[in-house]
Amino acid sequence: MLGLNSRDFRLFLIVCALCLFAPIILNPFPVASSLGESFNAGYPALMQRFVIFGLLVIGFNILFGLTGYLSFGHAAFLGVGSFAAVWMFKLLSYNVVPAIILSVIVAGLFSVVIGYVALRRSGIYFSILTLAFAQMMYSIAFSDLVGKLFGTIVTNGETGLQVYNDDPQILLGQGDPTVPHLFGLEMNSAYTWKIGGWEFVFQNGYYLSALFMVLGFYLSIRIFRSPFGMMLRAIKSNQTRMSYTGLDTKPYMLAAFVISGMYAGLAGGLLAAMDPLTGAERMFWTASGEIVVMAILGGVGTLVGPVLGAGVIKYLENIVSKINDSILHNWFAFMPDWMDNLLVTIIHPFIGKGWHLTLGLLFMAVVIFLPGGLMQLGEKFTALFRRKKTDDAKTGATNPAE
Amino acid sequence: MSNNNFSRRGVLKTGAVTAGGLMLPTYLRADAHAGYTNAPGDTVKIGFNVPQTGAYAEEGLDELRAQELAVEHLNGIGDGGMLNTFSEKNLDGTGILGKKVEFVTGDTQTKSDVARASAQSMIQKDGVIMVNGGSSSGVAIAVQGLCQEAGIIFMAGLTHSNDTTGKDKKANGFRHFFNGYMSGAALGPILEQEYGTDRNAYHLTADYTWGWTQQESMQASTEAIGWNTTETVLTPVGAGDFSSYIAPVLNSGADTLILNHYGGDMVNSITQATQFGLKDKQVNGKDFKIIVPLFSELMAAGAGSNIEGVFGSMNWNWQLQDEGTQAFVKSFGEKYGRPPSGSAHTCYVQTLLYADAVTRAGTFNPCGVVEALEDFEFDGMGNGPTFYRGADHQCFKDVLVMKGVPSASGSDNMVGYDTVEIVEVTPRAQVEYAPDHPMFAGGDLGECNPGA
Repeated sequence: MLGLNSRDFRLFLIVCALCLFAPIILNPFPVASSLGESFNAGYPALMQRFVIFGLLVIGFNILFGLTGYLSFGHAAFLGVGSFAAVWMFKLLSYNVVPAIILSVIVAGLFSVVIGYVALRRSGIYFSILTLAFAQMMYSIAFSDLVGKLFGTIVTNGETGLQVYNDDPQILLGQGDPTVPHLFGLEMNSAYTWKIGGWEFVFQNGYYLSALFMVLGFYLSIRIFRSPFGMMLRAIKSNQTRMSYTGLDTKPYMLAAFVISGMYAGLAGGLLAAMDPLTGAERMFWTASGEIVVMAILGGVGTLVGPVLGAGVIKYLENIVSKINDSILHNWFAFMPDWMDNLLVTIIHPFIGKGWHLTLGLLFMAVVIFLPGGLMQLGEKFTALFRRKKTDDAKTGATNPAE
Repeated sequence: MSNNNFSRRGVLKTGAVTAGGLMLPTYLRADAHAGYTNAPGDTVKIGFNVPQTGAYAEEGLDELRAQELAVEHLNGIGDGGMLNTFSEKNLDGTGILGKKVEFVTGDTQTKSDVARASAQSMIQKDGVIMVNGGSSSGVAIAVQGLCQEAGIIFMAGLTHSNDTTGKDKKANGFRHFFNGYMSGAALGPILEQEYGTDRNAYHLTADYTWGWTQQESMQASTEAIGWNTTETVLTPVGAGDFSSYIAPVLNSGADTLILNHYGGDMVNSITQATQFGLKDKQVNGKDFKIIVPLFSELMAAGAGSNIEGVFGSMNWNWQLQDEGTQAFVKSFGEKYGRPPSGSAHTCYVQTLLYADAVTRAGTFNPCGVVEALEDFEFDGMGNGPTFYRGADHQCFKDVLVMKGVPSASGSDNMVGYDTVEIVEVTPRAQVEYAPDHPMFAGGDLGECNPGA
């Protein structure tokens, strides 16, 4: 259905359902319970990040997963997308449509230029070139060199770009919302469904982002299964041989690079649409590194892996980093004091500001024991329960378990 | 290939049933009944959003200590600290409006994006009614914008850029800390008196909102006393190595170096300037001098003895002798075994000011709080008579001119705390300015936003 084979279609439906019911799935505990206070992740800002970064890594995976070209500068496209979107808010109005369109276009243009230069080399040199471009763009944005050149503000340096009341906003009519909106539908307005001790928040902005992620996911499946995707995989397995057969791989590479850059631009535009402020730090190399880690953690070259990786990292960053010692003491309050203190001392380095340590250990474990990422874990589980392995020739990294 | 498991009718039916199931319970717009975002229940929750990792972590952790202390005092634990010296007597240790105060913490990492994510999580997940704290003006401006949109109160922590209450001011945001203009205005007369009217100043400036406005303010006040500005150079934030910026100073003909740096940058640049021998140099027949317009105890601790003889300014210092300061230093010292830093003081005071404003307004509604805080005159918080101006939500109070000196106690723990001394308490009238002063013009406070 929809041009997908049954397996992919089922996968697609599962992703759709997960996105649709995320506000419920991510809030499994009653609000007032201590588990709920610590582990509930179903609040709009975080759900938005799940799907937006999911979208970003889906796009990254088209480049890295299919062609094997490791771009270390993808955050730059995210950044220009955000800047483009915020400028649309400043100049036109708070409607997210022009913002999102322009963010994709601008990121596309940048990726054409950077891709054209960087793709002249492969392997580590390609990675370094993309990293260099991204850092250059970061420095330009951070010191607002473009703005200084023209004597105005373009990126507003370290302070970041936001919308002011005295901005032109030429399309802003009387009574229009002064927050990002989709033809009047405000992104940050939400409905709260209270049932028992539970609270589920359904927010417009989240669902718009989720819609884009679902569309991006669908497009990515189509690319993976298309002849174009096959060509990209061929480049990954042996680019030299491809060239010997007289095939020019350059246009394919560039196309993959631009597509994934546009995905990043879209993600950047969505980030700005959810929260109309952006800064240069979004383009810093650690942000690019985070994208790579997300892809590897989830499973490079798989369809769902990137989304999973993005989710795990954003969850750790936002949830685990907020657990502190006093919360731990609450959990272990039923234990004798010495045991409580001992446990807190042991766990302390891994929570709060130590969430990076937890992430590092998780990453190491995944790379060592599950080179196929978290998706491989899923596969192992299904293999455990399946009576006999399917003889599908396409099993392996390219065909994720449900 | 089509899949028989998914007939169109089946999908429609399931969809309709699910949608119906979801529609059954009444949808409630978030807190529509209270008329504002995150109306508190039995307890009131506030958020402390400070850097706990990264370059400003020391400042952030000290802010956190002070904020925890403030919550204790509000809830009637401990000796009450400044509650006893505060000119308003509405707070009696029973929380705010009879509701016990709880708090959540977040790590800004001194990055705008992270700070906003953390503030969003506090607002949406934890349901905080106010966000307090932070270090770095970039972050303060970012979070202030977020709180304005979300409809909750933001009390900025350590932010010294003119823009926070200048072109980036917001109706829901308040700043107790002083700013670049005030530093310049306070330092001007002292510099004239100490170093005369004929000097050539060379500026090294951190390249972001705070650095720019700080440099602008210092330039204005030094040029007003007849100094000449030789050159101004922007340095990237977090540069680490400043030697390539300091070497040119030697041959520029300047006899004064003004370091518009903060935190780790200031520690590095002043250390390297000392290593280059700038302090022992003579230019144009005058001793070479270094000025660091904004001081903090934690920076002074990092700079060690390099800060000796250097002038700067502070919002507040623990060595002040008034009643409020003594009460705060005493309860902070008893709890943590060290004196509080200036940023800790600001965050502590802001928490009490917020609590008092809510009590006077009789509501947690941000618009009520804004009204209560605007043009509010108070005393007993360590800065003498203080005024929260309604036009730009900036606090006006005396500014301290400081000077680096050798440690009086000789104790390693006190480096930074007793290696700066108060030279003069510049009266409030001297650092006041009009809300439409050119350095602050261009912004719009907008309307207070109570949110949902």
